[in-house]
Amino acid sequence: MTGKSDNPILSMISRMISPFIMIYALYVIFHGHYSPGGGFQGGTMLGAAVILSRLASGSELSRLLLGKGIGTLMGAIGVFIYFGTGFLAMLLGGRFLEYKYLARIMPVSDAMARNWGIQFVEVGVGLAVMGIMVALYDDILTGEPDA
Amino acid sequence: MKIINYFILIAFCGLLIYVSLDLPNRADLDAVINRETSPAGTPNAAVFYTRHSYEDAHTPNIVTVILADYRGYDTMGETTVIFTAGLICMMLLRKRRKP
Amino acid sequence: MLRFLTGHYGYWFTLILLTIGLYGMIFKRNLVKKLIGMTIFQVSIIMFYLTCAAKFGGTVPVLIDDSGPAAVNPAAYINALPHTLMLTAIVVGVATTGVAFAIVITIYKRYKTLDEDVLLERMKKDHDAPAD
Repeated sequence: MTGKSDNPILSMISRMISPFIMIYALYVIFHGHYSPGGGFQGGTMLGAAVILSRLASGSELSRLLLGKGIGTLMGAIGVFIYFGTGFLAMLLGGRFLEYKYLARIMPVSDAMARNWGIQFVEVGVGLAVMGIMVALYDDILTGEPDA
Repeated sequence: MKIINYFILIAFCGLLIYVSLDLPNRADLDAVINRETSPAGTPNAAVFYTRHSYEDAHTPNIVTVILADYRGYDTMGETTVIFTAGLICMMLLRKRRKP
Repeated sequence: MLRFLTGHYGYWFTLILLTIGLYGMIFKRNLVKKLIGMTIFQVSIIMFYLTCAAKFGGTVPVLIDDSGPAAVNPAAYINALPHTLMLTAIVVGVATTGVAFAIVITIYKRYKTLDEDVLLERMKKDHDAPAD
């Protein structure tokens, strides 16, 4: 399947819609507390926005949006944020992934500290899922001449 | 030879449907998974999570609290699984140097 | 009898989908069609768990009124535990499908075929007369 599309309407509309998909995906990640959603769903939508841009403009031009090896790097940063929050809770005196001990460095109550812990962890998960979806697309199409 | 394979497949489907005749009616309110205590006497996990999720974490969404707080260890393994899958694809499909 | 049928037809649909996925994995010769069968199999298992988690008159598991544990009525919300476990299962399915496609691409680059019988012949020929 070729990357660039010959139809200018399709190319231009895809390029215009991709940032709006990213904004909606950010809303889904951060409103995972109050409505259905969360880290996995928002991360998949972010990955879909980047893949739409790669399909519409070709892999060469879309390198400006997200570089070539950045997908795996973002996956590693997402896993690091998850483990980091767990270790931070352990350094502050609790067990691994016990978020109520985060109240020792943040000026909130115990229950709100668990709220903030869930928020950090969802951001980490969303970043990891987005990076890996873009990395899978890039690696599978790595040798094609006009992808 | 293929006929025997088809018969085994249909027999497997029949076995699955025979096993599913014992399940409770769909969306029944007194099914075993929706009660207050399990048949062994321990409290039911889903009912406990539904009751205590707001006072423990101040979050209205029960599924997010279960995923990231009560069962956060499984979500950590989950994130590791998807990162390992991306790493495997990168290692299988990169260009190799000809010796 | 009618109550039995309307209470169990949900399970039967997911189990028929499981059999269709199994048919695709066993009886098709192309490797990519086998992978499509595997994906249908995984989706049918997810649907089966979600069918078990429904409740009459229940709504989305997001709390409406934020009071203590005494004011929450668990019969007004659907069972939230299988939905959470199936989120993990969906992501594991995506990871498995990604790795399987990478392996199929490597097999094609090495043996230049995607048909199962021709592939087994070429692997056997490669094993009998090793290419180093």
